[in-house]
Amino acid sequence: MASKLGLIIKREYLAKVRNRSFIVMTILSPLLMVGMIVLIAFLAKVNDDETRVVTILNQSAFFRSDFYPSKNISYVHMDDLSLEMAKDSTNSLEYYGLLYIPEGKTVEEVSRSAYLFTKDNPSTSVTRELEDVFQNQLRQDRLQKLGVTSEQFSTVEKPFEINLSTFDGEKSMRGINEIKAFIGGGFGYAIMMFIIIYGGFVMRSVIEEKTSRIIEVIISSVKPFQLMLGKIIGNSLAGITQFSIWIISASALLFMAVLIFGIDLTALSNDGAAPGAVGMSQLGGMDSDMVMYAKEIYDIPWGLLIVSFFIYFVLGYLIYSSIYAAIGAAVDNETDTQQFIFPIILPLMLAIYVGFFSVFSNPHGPIAVGFSLFPLTSPIVMLMRLPGGIGEGGVPLWQFLLSVFLLIVTFLGIVSLAAKIYRTGILMYGKKPTYKELIKWLRY
Amino acid sequence: MDYILVAKNVTKTYGDHTALSNISLQIPKNCIYGLLGPNGAGKTSFIRIINQIAHQDSGEILLNGEPLAPKHIASIGYLPEERGLYKSMKVGEQALYLAQLKGLSKNEAKEKLKYWFDRLNIGDWWDKKIQELSKGMAQKIQFIVTVLHEPKLLIFDEPFSGFDPINANIIKDEILQLKENGTSIIFSTHRMESVEELCEYIALIHKSEKILDGKLSDIKKAYKNNIFNVGVQVQKDARDFLKSLEDKFNILSSEIDPIENQLNFRVQLTSSHTGDILTELSKVANINRFEETIPSANDIFIQTVNNKDNGK
Repeated sequence: MASKLGLIIKREYLAKVRNRSFIVMTILSPLLMVGMIVLIAFLAKVNDDETRVVTILNQSAFFRSDFYPSKNISYVHMDDLSLEMAKDSTNSLEYYGLLYIPEGKTVEEVSRSAYLFTKDNPSTSVTRELEDVFQNQLRQDRLQKLGVTSEQFSTVEKPFEINLSTFDGEKSMRGINEIKAFIGGGFGYAIMMFIIIYGGFVMRSVIEEKTSRIIEVIISSVKPFQLMLGKIIGNSLAGITQFSIWIISASALLFMAVLIFGIDLTALSNDGAAPGAVGMSQLGGMDSDMVMYAKEIYDIPWGLLIVSFFIYFVLGYLIYSSIYAAIGAAVDNETDTQQFIFPIILPLMLAIYVGFFSVFSNPHGPIAVGFSLFPLTSPIVMLMRLPGGIGEGGVPLWQFLLSVFLLIVTFLGIVSLAAKIYRTGILMYGKKPTYKELIKWLRY
Repeated sequence: MDYILVAKNVTKTYGDHTALSNISLQIPKNCIYGLLGPNGAGKTSFIRIINQIAHQDSGEILLNGEPLAPKHIASIGYLPEERGLYKSMKVGEQALYLAQLKGLSKNEAKEKLKYWFDRLNIGDWWDKKIQELSKGMAQKIQFIVTVLHEPKLLIFDEPFSGFDPINANIIKDEILQLKENGTSIIFSTHRMESVEELCEYIALIHKSEKILDGKLSDIKKAYKNNIFNVGVQVQKDARDFLKSLEDKFNILSSEIDPIENQLNFRVQLTSSHTGDILTELSKVANINRFEETIPSANDIFIQTVNNKDNGK
């Protein structure tokens, strides 16, 4: 019997792996993925690289050495020219604009009568940068009038951040919850993608056996449950193969792209729209604490995370793919699957969104706990909580055990129900079943 | 007698639909057994139970004297009515896979496949995909994978559907050959023509019940009603002769060919005793035809089903 299961797994695996569209997807996806990243990085870089040149006509005694070239703006001084000539030459040289600072007695007066001439409406990033310079000078000037020296001023200006600590005295850090949840979320997201893509494979493979009418020939040799199991395992092995190829080739390609194009990928983390970017950018902004973050990330229980990823992945995938198999058995063609697929995708999407919103803000809040126990969402949500570890400060052990226990119970329940629907469905032709009928099949 | 398969009071229901009610059958070894009945009568349900695809609610099935068990899968070959093959899989690979699922080793399967491919002249199809073959060609492959593991019991559900007449004949000859070699065969169909040629035994299933079974020749004997087709050349006036016959016998229909003075008629006798009418005829006529009409399987089928329906 075991050897028959082996035969089925082998056939399903080879049928999938040899499939032309599967091969194309396997090869193309990493190219597309890396292509996208490179493109985004490239565009971001191009955007950054556009340094605007602003000419300065300064007829006053102030602001003589306050305009430093920055990432966005570089300056050309045209102090010997008249205003008209400066305008003309700025225009004809196609510089971005002309900053005109007329004569005056005080910083206040000079600032008030200063002008920025541009061709079109100036970009806010340029005006803000120029305004900052004025603002700074004005502030110093006003403070000096109040008798504050510039040294005093700079001490006043030191930024402040509140010190953070957990109750047991460990220094806690900004954004570390988000970073942890983001790492767990990565694992959870991988599970969701895997379920949706390869669960769909299982379903299509069942439908193919039905439409080609080979199903009755096969199940006169093997038990329907064996066939279903073989299908699920075979397709997931094909999936793991594809995933591995993607990860390996995408990292290789990315590495090559970084070498060839010299793209700075860290630039992406500031532009990323992902919720985790909040944490990442804070991380970038606090170099002094870098080491502590590195330590904290190093301290994430990777062993636990990988083992539990494996547990949640296997159980979660088996639950969902047996539902997919049952759906495939219940219908005659793929277009009929829609009404049944939506209810499957729903808990997965919910898990991802709830995970990102609630686990990020509070990994141990009631919503996060609830969804990490509920078996249809726990594979994703629990993984988001787990980087905090199990036990003190992390997920309580009982919650972890309970969620695994619930998952196993659900797995046994769902697989036996799905097997019943599968067994009946594969021999039904030409009917588009309703939910009511599916429930009837469970009693056959 | 030795039976390959015995079914005792087999009942199967799906929800509130009864597929088989209390079916008992005995299928002798080494014969072709026709399982007849209109569509939806329950034939396929019964066959699926034999193949352990479905399980009966009550009753017992013995294969070769033993209660049906998973190990028997290897000794049964089944060609379902709803049949097909993996379209994008190569012929040889697919046949090997299906044979291995029936418990053959890879080498055994290869050897046997070579024999059958040569026998049906399809040796060069090995590397073709099923989707490149015509329907009839695919049916040949399907037939081969059904019989490849040399099962003791072969079950064919509408085996000739999908075949053109030439290939249907090839398959029919193969089925007869398999029977010669000692295989027992269940042949399920609602097409009666093929039944007369092939089956020694039949069972009629109608609306989930068995309404008739036994040896086909016995059934036919039981169903004949002493009707004879007679043709005579009369020496005197044929019309008068017919009149005299009608007084003595139950003439069902008649026709006279005045030029040849030929009289043809159908007569139903009160018993299978034919002496009286033959004596009467031979007095004045040359008998050139005298034959009993034996009911066809089709007639029996229709008659039994009608009787059953009217009886209810």
